[in-house]
Amino acid sequence: MSISHSTEAVSRRAFLSVSAVAGGGMLLSFTIPQLADASIPLGITDAPPADNTSVINAYVNIYADNRIVISSKVPEIGQGIKTSLPMIIAEELDADWNTVHIVQAPLDAKLYGAQFAGGSFSTPLNWEPLRRAGAAARAMLITAAAKTWRVPESECTTSFGKVQNAAGKSLTYGQLAAKAAKLAPPDLKTLTLKDPKNYTIIGRSISGIDNPKVVTGQPLFGIDVTVPGMRYAVFQKCPVFGGKVVSANVEEIKALPGILNVFLVAPEGPTGLPDGMAMGLQSGVAIVASSWWQANKALDSLKVVWDEGPVASQSSAGFAAKALELSTQTPHRVIRKDGDAKAALAGAAKTVEAAYSYPFVAHSPLEPQNSTAVFKDGKLEIWSPTQNPGSGKTLIAKTLGLADDAVTVHMTRCGGGFGRRLGSEFMVEAAMIAKMQGEPVKLLWNRNQDLQHEFYRPGGFHYFKAGLDAQGELIAFTDHYVGYENNGKPSNSADLAATEFPAKYVKDLEFATSTQQLGVPTGPMRAPGSNAHAFVFQSFVDEVAHAAGKDPLQYRIDLFAQERAAPPPPPPAGKGPPGGGRGGFPMGPPFSGKRAQGVLEMVRDKSGWGKRQLPKGTGMGVAFYYSHLGYFAEVVQATVRPADGSIKVDKVWVVGDVGSTIINPFGALNQCQGAALDGISQALGARITIDRGRVAQTFPEYPLLRMYQAPPVQVDFKLTPNSPTGLGEPALPPVIPALCNAIFAATGTRIRSLPIDTTLLKSTST
Amino acid sequence: MSYTINVNGTPHTVDIDGDTPLLWVLRDTLDMKGSKFGCGMGLCGACTVHINGTPTRSCITPVSTVGKAQITTIEGIGSSDTGRKVQDAWLTTDVAQCGYCQAGQIMAATALLTANQKPTDQDIDNAMSANLCRCATYTRIRAAIKLAAGLPITDSREI
Repeated sequence: MSISHSTEAVSRRAFLSVSAVAGGGMLLSFTIPQLADASIPLGITDAPPADNTSVINAYVNIYADNRIVISSKVPEIGQGIKTSLPMIIAEELDADWNTVHIVQAPLDAKLYGAQFAGGSFSTPLNWEPLRRAGAAARAMLITAAAKTWRVPESECTTSFGKVQNAAGKSLTYGQLAAKAAKLAPPDLKTLTLKDPKNYTIIGRSISGIDNPKVVTGQPLFGIDVTVPGMRYAVFQKCPVFGGKVVSANVEEIKALPGILNVFLVAPEGPTGLPDGMAMGLQSGVAIVASSWWQANKALDSLKVVWDEGPVASQSSAGFAAKALELSTQTPHRVIRKDGDAKAALAGAAKTVEAAYSYPFVAHSPLEPQNSTAVFKDGKLEIWSPTQNPGSGKTLIAKTLGLADDAVTVHMTRCGGGFGRRLGSEFMVEAAMIAKMQGEPVKLLWNRNQDLQHEFYRPGGFHYFKAGLDAQGELIAFTDHYVGYENNGKPSNSADLAATEFPAKYVKDLEFATSTQQLGVPTGPMRAPGSNAHAFVFQSFVDEVAHAAGKDPLQYRIDLFAQERAAPPPPPPAGKGPPGGGRGGFPMGPPFSGKRAQGVLEMVRDKSGWGKRQLPKGTGMGVAFYYSHLGYFAEVVQATVRPADGSIKVDKVWVVGDVGSTIINPFGALNQCQGAALDGISQALGARITIDRGRVAQTFPEYPLLRMYQAPPVQVDFKLTPNSPTGLGEPALPPVIPALCNAIFAATGTRIRSLPIDTTLLKSTST
Repeated sequence: MSYTINVNGTPHTVDIDGDTPLLWVLRDTLDMKGSKFGCGMGLCGACTVHINGTPTRSCITPVSTVGKAQITTIEGIGSSDTGRKVQDAWLTTDVAQCGYCQAGQIMAATALLTANQKPTDQDIDNAMSANLCRCATYTRIRAAIKLAAGLPITDSREI
């Protein structure tokens, strides 16, 4: 958890324009300049940094037949945003939801500003502007009706897609749209927004807008795209990250059934490694065939001579040995120093010491990476399941030597994202292969390629010390975090924020880091940074609570009662604090200990914490984490079988505070349940091992959670008077330490490394 | 080689290598995109179809082995009462997150409820655990199966 001290609010300046559409309708274009996302790099790394303003648009189309078509600007990756953002507009518009149709907006930076799915940004960034967009459209419809009836606007009201007046007359929005479209748009600042108690759409459980297509198998995803004359391609890259192709048995492969072409791509070597967000075109062999099955089958016969490069000497075992060595040396850098932690430790009544570690983890979305590309007349058109279409567009233009406007990106629904599709290398591969082939190409990775050529959640090592006074109060805390670097910079998503809890809540505290060189690509995975740091910090705080002889849930509540160190200076204007994409939001209120206490108290009550008699071998664990502006306290109940150490997760209680309003309870619950189970999946089985510079696991060796392992997840929200924030990520981090703490409660064995090694739990719970 | 396969009650003749998995015949030859490619190893269940009513991994089923069997895909499952009920329950329960695996889940669930109208939790685990959902919508899948079967759902906050 990194605690943000940035308080800069979203700009309220906004512009509005309106125009008529064919068929007597109204098109409302809403533009709001606002603070740029300083944390998520939207371009490749050598692109200039985003400036301080970006533009957000929402489109409302109202047709004469009363259809209201709302464009959803952000990619849909399963987070439900294609349903929830239009709900915000429709609410303030006072639309009849049954007449609302939702379409995916095209990628168009001029119209829509930043279009990406990441950082749980979509809700907090769009809550205010989209409400105003809806309210502006409603105000114009009222004006049109008032003019028609020659009555004051104050006598007009709206409901369910109609304007009514005091005399009982009514006109539908469709009847008014053509007239409204001719009006000057209102001043957004003077618009009155609805009182939340009058909401009829926000707060309703609405099933995902694409669900009817999902359950009937209609084409929706990137992999489903077909274009005329399309060929199928596979692309084999060097198993060692950063390696390059020297030669291959090209002629032999060309002779196989269905194979149309075989060629080397980027034999000079890849660009942009090893930062997953910036991975460029990789070096390898493309096989183009008349069917994907034939192309993929030809891989069995492909023989390639690779230049494996320097990363071939790296391994997970080597990283662990080096981390241990670095842990005994002076840290490379101190990132936070409050008071004198070493002196406080020396004077402590009791000290606790522990080493924690976690592995590299793959995203493994179920839809393998793919794109369909057409290169024609110097222009590239591509259909991609991407979370980050703008970045993909820039990468393609740069790599193919095209102007930005010669590249058209179509966003398709994504078969899972989890951060994986913030990278764009599969897009540029498809684009280059289509260009070299001179025909439309669908590139599809096979499942093992998808697992072994990811960018990964980076592993890491933490060496903690804590000091307690005679009353058990936490008076000293140090962490030496050994992570990774690439060319002197922390590897993507491998940084530690200076604001990580318990910073600020312990008087004498020191965070130090050391790094070792890494050639394996890393990048953001659902709740980046937080998904690892929650495990180590919230497990170690649990150890501290037990050492103090206190209840671990109450201990956390007590810690948040009082800030004990001065906060660090605020970050420079326009830049978030370190910890990009996590607590480091470029907006939002400062971290609130009271909100943290609120969710801890609520999860205590919901779970029956400390009040239920549990059988032997069963325990409950708690953790709290703040990320993406969301406060989450979670309790896990788990049972360990002593005979084999196997773990059964019995139940999870999730309590979240994401502000005043849950926009779509269906989507909100789904995200929290999915995030909690995603975390359990990671804790139980997710591990990517690097051996000789390559991934050791194949898909069958990378277990993901199955139905029989999935416990019920009870979700409750604590509503607080704060602006609503996102839910794609913040429910994930605390579930991992809550599970590990439950295992400790059940067995007395402390889990300090992931995934959980069940051999440690054999017979220990007797 | 030419094969005539029966998909959702309609015969289709395709000229294709006999070792081509049924999945790719459905998706790319017959342009029925509902059955999904997840792993190609029979491990994730995204490609599940029914062959004579039995849930089958189409990604590892060579087209040459299908013969005259009746193949049902997600595009055709709604024509059976049970399939329709399962689809409706999926909508009512808002099961899908990304939705990519759900065609396979619906095929597996329909096969379960066709064979066993009142499954226990254990029956559901047994029938559904071979189908992976990376978004982990398992609690919703369980609730939707119970809804389709007319079984009680214990706590709405848990679904």
